[in-house]
Formats: sequence, C-alpha cells, structure tokens
Amino acid sequence: MAPRIGVVVFPGTNCEHDVVQAAEAVGGAGVLLWHGDASVSGVDAVVLPGGFAHGDYLRPGALARFSPVMEAVADFARAGGPVVGICNGFQVLTEAGLLPGALQKNGRLRFLCQPVPVVVASTSSVLTSLAAVGDELVLPINHFSGNYTCDDDTLRRLQEEDRVVLRYAENPNGSVDAIAGIANEAGNVVGLMPHPERASSALLGSDDGLVLLRALVAAATASSVAA
Amino acid sequence: MRFRARVEVQLRPGIADPEGATIERALPALGFDGVAHVRAGRSFSFEVDAQDEGAARTTATELADRLLANPVIEQSRLELEAI
Repeated sequence: MAPRIGVVVFPGTNCEHDVVQAAEAVGGAGVLLWHGDASVSGVDAVVLPGGFAHGDYLRPGALARFSPVMEAVADFARAGGPVVGICNGFQVLTEAGLLPGALQKNGRLRFLCQPVPVVVASTSSVLTSLAAVGDELVLPINHFSGNYTCDDDTLRRLQEEDRVVLRYAENPNGSVDAIAGIANEAGNVVGLMPHPERASSALLGSDDGLVLLRALVAAATASSVAA
Repeated sequence: MRFRARVEVQLRPGIADPEGATIERALPALGFDGVAHVRAGRSFSFEVDAQDEGAARTTATELADRLLANPVIEQSRLELEAI
C-alpha cells in the first residue's frame, strides 16, 4: 500500500495540491489534513506546505503554530515520524519550536520568485537521504521571509551535528551560512525554503526536486509511527 | 482593575534589520541629514483585566513573549497604565 503523506491545510495555504500531486508522482498517497483537526489521522509522513497560513498576520507562522493540528504534528515528530515544512511550512516549524532559529525578511527587502541552485549539504535527513552531498539541485524559491537567522551557538550546533541539509549556491536572501534547509537532531523534521514540489516534472522546468520527494516517501514507508 | 498595555517589538540588537536600513538609506534624499541607527519595529496595544498591576504585567509579558514577539530574533518592551 502506498504510504500516506498528510499535507496540512491552514487557511491561506496554497501549495497543498502541488505537494499531493508531486508525492503521488513518486508513489505516495496524498491526504489533505485540516489545521483545525487535533489529529494527523494516522498518516505516515506530514508535510506543512507553502502559502500564507492565517494570512501571515503578525509574522509568517506565528498564528499557525497555535492551530490544533500542530500539537498532533509535534507528537508525531517526537515519535520519529517524518515531518517536512516547505517555505511557509518551514516558517511554521521554527515558530512552533520544532526547528531552531527564525526566518527573517529577506536582505534588501525583495520578494524572491525564481529558480535557484541549491547544494545538498547533508544526507542524514528524511528529505535528503537519497541524494549525495555536493549534488546541485535547481529548485524554485518564492518568499519574502526566507532569511534564515539564528544565534552563533545554534549555528555551530547545526554545522557540527550535520543538520544543515541544503545551502544556496548563491545566497539570494541573506541567510546565515547560506542555509536553505535544516533538520532537527534526529533528522526526521526538515524545513526548507525552496519548493521541491514545483520541481517535480521536467516538463515544468526541472525535476530536481524528485530526489527529495522520493526520500520522503521512502521515509514514510519505513515509518512505523502510529499517529 | 483594567489596564492598558502597549507592547513595542523590535529586532534584537545585532540582528540585521533590512527595513530599518532601507528607511535609513532613503533619508538623505529627503533632506534628513545626521540621522543614524534607524530600527523598525511594531507596536501593539490591548487592555487587560487583572487583580493588580503585577498580575496584569505577568499576563501582558507572557502574551508579548509567546505571541507578539519571536524571542529568537525580537525583544519586547511593555508599558502599562491603569485605566
């Protein structure tokens, strides 16, 4: 049976169908989860997709972290279940404290919407396990607040513990250490600003995101977490 | 008792502030010379019902730290007055 990839929908989320379609292209079964439900309905992986959860009011992710589903997502993550936050989803994961640091407004205050080259920096995460360190992937970014910021101690820990999973080849937004994506200690929670689901078909410009989505589906298959 | 709270949220010192920097760069063109260290922030106001000022301060501080500011990059300052 295809592993069930739960894709959380907040009011203002707008990438959920893209993620479902991309997950299904690599053998997953997409399941939409509503933010107001206090459960993740027994899925095998959770994706927090891009968009503008709760209108991005206050700060991106600041209100989404109080949605009822987030407690279930946190429990699922603590139990080892694969959780990936893409773009706005990354912002939600940092606000919720499931990943360290914060995503600030881009340097030079530009909204960035373009394909960018990113380099795989670690393969010890549920999203990068099938890639190789040094692989360059061209993935679209589409954000105003993607400028990853953290204190020096956190940055040192991320580097020493091999938790920087993706770096920009050319830093577009001012992120410290050109960080495009990070993981938690166990590698089962990953946040990234680029959109792998928008790079899942050569017909649409790039299928470089497939290696990441395949890894997620593989992790979901292996996940025995009963949420 | 009822208190009016004003919370000012700013980026912590040392955290780059692209908004403040952009405002600062625009100033000379407008004829404002000698203005430096512009920092952008946000201000919130709300009213709190509480037994006394201490209790109101506790509630407002927790609200500021848990929601209005992201302590990873921001700090908040609270002003409270009885109304």
